[in-house]
Amino acid sequence: MFPLVENGDFVTVTGPSGSGKSTLLLSIFGLIRLTSGTIFFNGNRIDNMSDRHLTEIRKKSVGYILQSFALVPYLTTIQNVMIPLALEKVSKKEQQNRAEEILEYVGLSDRKDHLPRELSAGQQQRVAIARSIVHRPQIIMADEPTGNLDPALSGEILEFLRKINRENKITIMMVTHSPMAAGFGTRRLHLSEGKIINH
Amino acid sequence: MTITKLVLIELWKRKSQLITGLLAITLGIAVIVAIQSVAVVSEQNVAKNLDNLGANILVLPQAASIDDYYTSDIDAPTLPIDYVERILESTIAGVDNMSPKLTRRVSVNGKSVVLTGILPKSEIASKPLWQSSGLLGKQLTTSCAPSQTANQSHGMEDEKLKRKAIDTLYSEDCMAGSQVAKKLSLTANKKINILGKEFMVVKVLPETGTVDDDRIFANLKDVQALLKIENQVSAIEIMGCCNAISEGLLGQLRNILPDTRVTSINQIVSTQIETNQLMRKVTLVMLIIIFFVGGISIGNYIWANVNERKREIGILRMMGAERMTIYKMFLLKALLLGIAGGILGFLLGTLAGVILGPYLAGIVVKPLYIYLVWSILLSITIALAGSLIPTYLAAKFDPHSNLQED
Repeated sequence: MFPLVENGDFVTVTGPSGSGKSTLLLSIFGLIRLTSGTIFFNGNRIDNMSDRHLTEIRKKSVGYILQSFALVPYLTTIQNVMIPLALEKVSKKEQQNRAEEILEYVGLSDRKDHLPRELSAGQQQRVAIARSIVHRPQIIMADEPTGNLDPALSGEILEFLRKINRENKITIMMVTHSPMAAGFGTRRLHLSEGKIINH
Repeated sequence: MTITKLVLIELWKRKSQLITGLLAITLGIAVIVAIQSVAVVSEQNVAKNLDNLGANILVLPQAASIDDYYTSDIDAPTLPIDYVERILESTIAGVDNMSPKLTRRVSVNGKSVVLTGILPKSEIASKPLWQSSGLLGKQLTTSCAPSQTANQSHGMEDEKLKRKAIDTLYSEDCMAGSQVAKKLSLTANKKINILGKEFMVVKVLPETGTVDDDRIFANLKDVQALLKIENQVSAIEIMGCCNAISEGLLGQLRNILPDTRVTSINQIVSTQIETNQLMRKVTLVMLIIIFFVGGISIGNYIWANVNERKREIGILRMMGAERMTIYKMFLLKALLLGIAGGILGFLLGTLAGVILGPYLAGIVVKPLYIYLVWSILLSITIALAGSLIPTYLAAKFDPHSNLQED
């Protein structure tokens, strides 16, 4: 047993297709239930927790960024960013203030009333990043966040994630197949056939 | 942002789907409201018309013959007049008027006539107990709601109507039927000797074409004294509300008057019962059909919506939405559909009833606003029932597999 991720880490997970990178990322907070093994978070075993408890942890402590952006298509930029706050039942005024603040942080204040289809791929991923940090999570789980972006945009997004990691002290665990992206990590894990072979 | 706002935005952004989802339930509710609007007014009209015919229940002694409803009181055995009080003291609803009668064939000037002693309404009203039982015109209006004109006809304005209660008939006064008046050459204000007692003819009744044309009507107490049948009557005529008859008034009367024969004009009652039963059956059948068709239609719509939003459900679950939040999202949507379907269905159904009522049933249909509440409740019930399974399945979805769909 070893600490997979420590507070403040920017961990990158690489490995060939089918090696289990995404499965590892999604299984940590119960989006895929483990069939064997144990997971601890903040010192508490979480792999055997009920769906309700894991949902609560995801709501309060985790932010997700996916390759496909995973935005709700009929909601505007700011409404998408407000979702985690709405789930936490934060007041409307507070939601508005925090969402506007985060959108300014990611440089999308002028796009706050646009629908996802009206944004570029890079802008959509920045909305997803804004949404993943708006509720001040402890950790961000990023699954191929640059997989749908061209190299220039990829660099921009990765720089942004590094900024979040350093300025906001938010731990990041990022799955990527790109060696360039993996270079942004402070710790690197490599997976092969479902096993971590170096770290 | 709240879950409610999210539901409203989603509904608004997918208006065409919303219209499809609403259509089945709106039409279903509209059909029910249209049928019921016509049926209720139709039932009221039938009941009013039948009630206007007059007395429709006859309480006779057990031994009396009831071959002919209209002549069964003539020379019948008797029963105590206290039975009137027994009916009044009971809690039976739907008795609008009572007229105890004693009838015998007698000979006047060597000619056979039918003498009927009646207790006029003014004497019924003079008894405090009877008065408090509300057998006067006011109670009649609230019970069966016949028109004011019909109510007035219980007096003498509409004498051609049979078996009406008579308002006033003083002692030593009498009224003569048209045939008996001809037979005995009677006119108003002429005196007549019946069984040795002088009576003043206060009115000659117009021809009715019934046995009443051969009757002389006098005050019940006078007739009882003349015939030496004190405190007895041969029949109690009751004007029962037709709705009450179809709902078992006769049985209730039999329970409190076990040694009597309680009969009604079969045709009238059976018409009312059949009309009511037919309308209820049609409504029930429609209700069942609409419950299933509407429920399946809404269920299908919600299920399609769930499938379309699988990925969105996965995203929300990933971000920490509980299963209860997913239930809330879809059931709230169904609730809003139910409310909208109920209101639109009521409006459409009422409009159809108001427009088609005069053509189909020859009646004027007015909006029944209480049906708005029922429409909304029914529509909500159908929408929620139809959405339960799709909603349950939506919340059970594995968030991971839904996130993979792109």
